[in-house]
Amino acid sequence: MMRRFDEQLAILNDMLLEMGAMVEKTITVATQALQTQDVGLAKKVIELEDDVDQKEKDIEALCLKLLLQQQPVAKDLRLISAALKMITDMERMADQAADISEIVVMMNRVPYIKKLEHIPQMAKATIKMVTESIDAFVRKDLELAKAVIEYDDVVDDLFDLVKHELIELICTDSSNGEQAIDLLMIAKYFERIGDHACNVAEWVMYSITGKQVK
Amino acid sequence: MMRKKPVDFILFALTWLSIIATATVLILVVGYVLINGVPHIRPSLFALQFTTQNQSLFPALMGTLMVVGLSLILAVPLGVFSAIYLVEYAKRGSRFVKIVRLTTETLAGIPSIVYGLFGFIFFGVFLGWGLSLMSGAFTVSIMILPLIMRTTEESLKSVPDTYREGSFGIGAGRLRTVMRIVIPAAIPGILAGIILAIGRIIGETAAIIFTLGNVARMPNNLFDTGRTLSAHMYALANEGTHPGEAHATAAVLLIVVILINALSSRIARLIKAS
Amino acid sequence: MAKTNKFSLKNVDLWYNNFQALKNINMNIPSNEITAFIGPSGCGKSTLIKSMNRMNDLVEGCKITGSIMLDDESIHGHIDVNALRKRVGMVFQKPNPFPMSIFDNIAYGPRTHGIKSKFKLNDIVEKSLRDAAIWDELKDRLKKSALSLSGGQQQRLCIARALSVQPDVLLMDEPTSALDPISTAKIEELVINLKKDYTIVIVTHNMQQAVRISDNTGFFLLGEMIEYGDTQQIFSAPSDKRTEDYITGRFG
Repeated sequence: MMRRFDEQLAILNDMLLEMGAMVEKTITVATQALQTQDVGLAKKVIELEDDVDQKEKDIEALCLKLLLQQQPVAKDLRLISAALKMITDMERMADQAADISEIVVMMNRVPYIKKLEHIPQMAKATIKMVTESIDAFVRKDLELAKAVIEYDDVVDDLFDLVKHELIELICTDSSNGEQAIDLLMIAKYFERIGDHACNVAEWVMYSITGKQVK
Repeated sequence: MMRKKPVDFILFALTWLSIIATATVLILVVGYVLINGVPHIRPSLFALQFTTQNQSLFPALMGTLMVVGLSLILAVPLGVFSAIYLVEYAKRGSRFVKIVRLTTETLAGIPSIVYGLFGFIFFGVFLGWGLSLMSGAFTVSIMILPLIMRTTEESLKSVPDTYREGSFGIGAGRLRTVMRIVIPAAIPGILAGIILAIGRIIGETAAIIFTLGNVARMPNNLFDTGRTLSAHMYALANEGTHPGEAHATAAVLLIVVILINALSSRIARLIKAS
Repeated sequence: MAKTNKFSLKNVDLWYNNFQALKNINMNIPSNEITAFIGPSGCGKSTLIKSMNRMNDLVEGCKITGSIMLDDESIHGHIDVNALRKRVGMVFQKPNPFPMSIFDNIAYGPRTHGIKSKFKLNDIVEKSLRDAAIWDELKDRLKKSALSLSGGQQQRLCIARALSVQPDVLLMDEPTSALDPISTAKIEELVINLKKDYTIVIVTHNMQQAVRISDNTGFFLLGEMIEYGDTQQIFSAPSDKRTEDYITGRFG
């Protein structure tokens, strides 16, 4: 027979999974909007972000309830405290996806100064990190979590690449400036999403080992 | 619920019946003794001397108090200290304790006439004390020793071990724990045992007549003979010539017992309060 | 800052006749800290705490081997057992004030150890009751019977009684298991305040209590010490599976 507490923890697990899927979707849709310059799609991201916010509040409430009711210790305590920290990071990721979409809306279908190449790669890399950090949590997979943290270097390198390309574009033609800065901000948002995915992976590691990763 | 009701009622009725029966017997006995005895109590019954004209019970009353006092002096310290040893010092459940306990229980079951015979032969004849206060008091004290030991043991055992733990835990030794914590807590029980013992002494006739004798005068010294109230009553009733005085003696005896009980519980309360 | 150890236990085995109640216990108990012993009933935690002031001596058939050192001196050596218990006081599971006045309850200890002066006794009684945070409640009725107090007050009185002989160590055997939550909270508060002057060892069934008040926790199972260490460490990330199962309630 499953204890009530274990049942509640299973529910928490499911909710985290759902939130992870929602965040992934938010980032994916934002990326599509960016590539196709589809304003309608971009506006949809902002709606998705609201749902993520709601999910965060629900999970937070459940965690607080469990802390209060069960006064968890050991792995239960680590699981719940990790969940509380993880959802903050996940909510920030969705926020950043929304920020990207807002820029897409603002650019209002002005043609790109250069075919997007590395920014979509960054998007792909960050989505992979998000997916894997959630997977690591569900499967309690320490190695996968470590891999996510290491993969952040890929995103960082891509960001540097994008930055240099944009600087060159501005140098060749200063009228590229406005869009170049918009694109730089988008790249920065993806880079931040990668950082948050890293944080999630770190909390996953904490909940497995009990050691705080700095 | 409904099915249980008749059983409840029967048990309830039985309980009340028992109470009423007990109370009735008590009231009957006390009432009978007092109604028959009190009218015969005259000041002359308390004259210092017993004469054939005046069947004074005063010498016997004094004899009773002397026997009670002396045998308590002998039996209480012995009984109480043995009990303390058995409960507080001896290894619990050891062979020695078992043998001592068996012995005291056997002693408690021996009829008093046997004690009387033993006392007469050992104290009176062998030690040459004759029929005397000493023979009587020694015999009676042997008789009440098991009673005092048992009641003291029980009351010591009923002192919670947590008291002892508390005292040991603060670094008090066994002697201090026993003297300061255990005995004060056990005093009411010990006193109850002593009251029971007094009752047995006062009521005793057979053993007393064999050892103290049944001479109607006050003992002048420890080796002098005398009588107790019970023995006095026995003598009067036996002769059949002074039924009034016998009844008066019974009434006085009853009053003495009641007084002693009241006094003891008073003492117990005083000790508990201090 | 280097910790000094008040107690140091090495290879302690304890038998009740043929039953081995403690198996090879090795641990150090740091000074001026609160050390909690947890574990299921019959795991030996109470037995262990009782062997630290030799209360087990009173139990027939109890045999102990190995060494228990108090300040680097064996408690089974030259030290007099009553002197040991003066240094290592004990508070029991059920409040057990003596059936006498509040004043006499506290004065009993110092009187036992030879203090006769009424003036000194007054002082000690006041100080002990103050240290046990119960002076204000009781100062006007020191002559009243200790048995008239509530359970929580009785327990704090017993703590005051233990403090009256100025021990170094306070052993507490489930001191709040018979008390209501408010009395429990008061005693926990008190225990935390006492740790600056005393080394405290507490046996508790209440895991949350161990978390709230203790610095170190030892987990016992079937006479063995399974895990011993920093309380926060034990309760956030225990290293032994059995500890984990017990504290998270997934035991057995």
